[in-house]
Amino acid sequence: MTREDIENGSEDMVIDEGKPEGGERMQGNAVPEGFNANYLKVYYGKLFPHADMFKWMSYGNDGKHPACDQSYFGRREFSFTLDNDIYLRFQSFNSASELENSIKEKCPFKIDIGPVYSVDPAKRHAYAQSGDNVFAPVERELVFDIDITDYDDVRYCCSGADVCLDCWPLMTVAIKVIDASLRDDFGFNHILWVYSGRRGVHCWVCDGKARRLTNEQRASIAEYFRVYKGNENSHKKVSLTVPLHPFLGRSYTEVLKDFFESKLLLSQKLFSTEERYEKILEMIPDESITSELRGKWQDNKRSSMSKEDTNVVRWEQLKHILQSGKQKAQALQRCVKEIVFSFTYPRLDMEVSKHMNHLLKAPFCVHPKTGRVCVPIDPNCCEEFDPTSVPTLSKLLEEINMGSLRADIDNEWDRTSLGKSIRFFRSSFLQPLLKVCKEEIENSYNAKLQHSKNSLNW
Amino acid sequence: MEIVRSQRKALHYDAVSTLPLYRSAPPLEVRLEDFELFAMDRLRVLKGISDALSRGKKPEEMGQVVRDLWKANMRHPEASEVVNKDIISHFVLRLAYCRTEDLRKWFLSMETALFRYRFRFESAEAQRALMAEFDLPYKAVSNAEFESTKDKLSQVARSIGLPLSTADAVFYKVPFEEVPELVAGRRVFVHKGHAYVAMNQVVSLVATQFRSHLSKALILTNRKWTSTIREQESNRLAPIVEALCTSYLGPDYSEPRELGDISIKEIDQIAQSSFPLCMRHLFEKLREDHHLKHGGRMQFGLFLKGIGLKLDDALAFWKAEFSQKVGAERFDKEYAYSIRHNYGREGKRTDYTPYSCQKIISSSPGVGDHHGCPYRHFSEENLRAALGKMRLNNRAVEDVMDKVRSRHYQLACTLTFEAIHGTSCDAGINHPNQYFTDSQKNLQSKNQSTVQENFQAHL
Repeated sequence: MTREDIENGSEDMVIDEGKPEGGERMQGNAVPEGFNANYLKVYYGKLFPHADMFKWMSYGNDGKHPACDQSYFGRREFSFTLDNDIYLRFQSFNSASELENSIKEKCPFKIDIGPVYSVDPAKRHAYAQSGDNVFAPVERELVFDIDITDYDDVRYCCSGADVCLDCWPLMTVAIKVIDASLRDDFGFNHILWVYSGRRGVHCWVCDGKARRLTNEQRASIAEYFRVYKGNENSHKKVSLTVPLHPFLGRSYTEVLKDFFESKLLLSQKLFSTEERYEKILEMIPDESITSELRGKWQDNKRSSMSKEDTNVVRWEQLKHILQSGKQKAQALQRCVKEIVFSFTYPRLDMEVSKHMNHLLKAPFCVHPKTGRVCVPIDPNCCEEFDPTSVPTLSKLLEEINMGSLRADIDNEWDRTSLGKSIRFFRSSFLQPLLKVCKEEIENSYNAKLQHSKNSLNW
Repeated sequence: MEIVRSQRKALHYDAVSTLPLYRSAPPLEVRLEDFELFAMDRLRVLKGISDALSRGKKPEEMGQVVRDLWKANMRHPEASEVVNKDIISHFVLRLAYCRTEDLRKWFLSMETALFRYRFRFESAEAQRALMAEFDLPYKAVSNAEFESTKDKLSQVARSIGLPLSTADAVFYKVPFEEVPELVAGRRVFVHKGHAYVAMNQVVSLVATQFRSHLSKALILTNRKWTSTIREQESNRLAPIVEALCTSYLGPDYSEPRELGDISIKEIDQIAQSSFPLCMRHLFEKLREDHHLKHGGRMQFGLFLKGIGLKLDDALAFWKAEFSQKVGAERFDKEYAYSIRHNYGREGKRTDYTPYSCQKIISSSPGVGDHHGCPYRHFSEENLRAALGKMRLNNRAVEDVMDKVRSRHYQLACTLTFEAIHGTSCDAGINHPNQYFTDSQKNLQSKNQSTVQENFQAHL
């Protein structure tokens, strides 16, 4: 069904004969770049990991164990954005097959995942009549959304939704800093990082205690992660304490400092023009120092014969002046760190994390603008993640077409470049998570049994 | 209540605290006048706290504010009655403020703030006794564990300017969920899901407990109120209770102003004449960027709703701007919903109320945000420039900046209002929609008087 469907379905079909990559690839399998409903249908039909999504969202409640909460999955809100911009909120499903059938039938351009509610969200109106507000979110993963557009004032290579290999490492740094803290500070273990398909990353913290956090507790974690205060209307952007809080100190020495000095400084050429270095000088609250540096750098223009990179030289000069013994004022001492934090520290979209009922796009969706699949990112080797080589819808379809001679339909994804992502999702995230969920269910059951036994003894 | 007190006496006789936990309603006989008077007195305290918070008072200053408010309002000629007055007034206000979500929220925040500062006045011993009363399951960190985390603990302590001394080297290790405010401010060391709370921070721990007890109690009280009390007391207590909360909270501007609706065409002109600075700024940025982030859309959108912009006009207004940046399609898809939501046409169908100054002042705008209170959130330079644009003369700008420096943001806004309108505004500015209404009224009366003058000149 694949090839014919695709070819018949898309009117502007042009066989791209000159596909350079993959010499062994048959030309006839080439699928034009882009995104459309027909491609998506094939994707949902053959590649989207419906069963894994169901298992994940069930958190162990899909088993036969007597302590399973059979209504759990059915109280989860899904929301679909359809082709014609119709937005369907409060969709809910009672089984894996209901979910899968609905996705295949409606072929949503985007699937969002919301919270688990107290009652089936599809029937919320029936409950609303009773007056008491029984319809309320009760569980939700702790989620984070980091978007490269929020870094526009510190990247010079791209702006807006564009992203390239020079600015993407800002996302890598964000993953490292937040992931380490979620694990070491907050003690969470089941964390899924996902490429948002275009310009950022999403994070899903799925531990039981993360899912049960109140809005206030979510906000407190988001605030804990926030150092970037204020905006273009106010002066100060990053204001640090001396000494740093251990979390920030660790982030600085283990991630940010090195990234700033050995990568960002050069890739974004932070001191290369007057406009750029002025932005950094603005962060120094002492005019004699800024004018001294300014003087050096303006003269430097003529004699830039040094073989060392200007950005590195100027950064070293700035550090030297600020950290030299003369500068006793705390404000100046912390200035170097503040500059590094301003340019590199993660910038979270706070609203997404603060409220249980904020929707977030599901992993393995396809971004309609880029055609790229929202694949998981392994935080342990996030440097290796390259957003420009994430499988696109058209590439995956080509790969299916190529292998269409083989018969085993169950694992169609296994021989596409999505296979790696799904395997990673299963082995590193889903299996350990479900193991713990089952244990929790077992434990709570035993505790209940024990409890009822004790009460019988009375 | 008697029971609780005698228990405490029995357990910790020398650490008696005068701070009740309000676990159960007092079995006391109360005279009807006292019922109301005590409640009014307490309300003055809570309202004072609310005002101080909205003026952006720092925690250090709040202590003194609360102490003064308490002294001024909660005394009783008979020493033995002081505790009773405290308890009675609390329970009366519980009744008055249990009846809607907004009332509960306000009461909960103010009572918790009050409790927090009163707890701080207590001696260390009394504090420990109160902690025991809450029956918190936390143990102090052992010596061995303290030694192994000492460096980190001291790093946190120095980072918040409260270096460790040997005296308060008592730490409690608690799930981080229990102390959200300490986590949010990075005021504790957090490790593997636990926060290390210093003795001088236990107030947060206790306040969280207090808050959650009270929150649950308010829901129960509300049920009792609707099921029995309102009916039984319809002639006696209910009228007093119902009057108590309205007598003080002031209008919430959820109903469009009495001046009638406004249309899109008028917006530019009335923005120029009658928007407070915070809304002017949002309006300007919206025009400039054709976009506002969530916080800005909420603050400005609800304000517009409050001044009488109808839903259809609001949709058209936002669309006209946003579509220039994100396209009409994306607007309909991603933004229209939340505007209808603000008007109670989607989701919970709650009719949202415009933000008050207090809420705006306490918000914390981040990168790319334009909401918040300019007097609080702008740098001095930017604020001066903004005031200049509103054509304030130098003298007035200096007066405003003076208030800003002493963190009287609402007074700063009031001065701006007075400078622009050339009249005094004795009530002060408490709400952007009040600023707008007062401004419009002022302009109307000016117009009328000029019409009259013209008329007389013609005669």
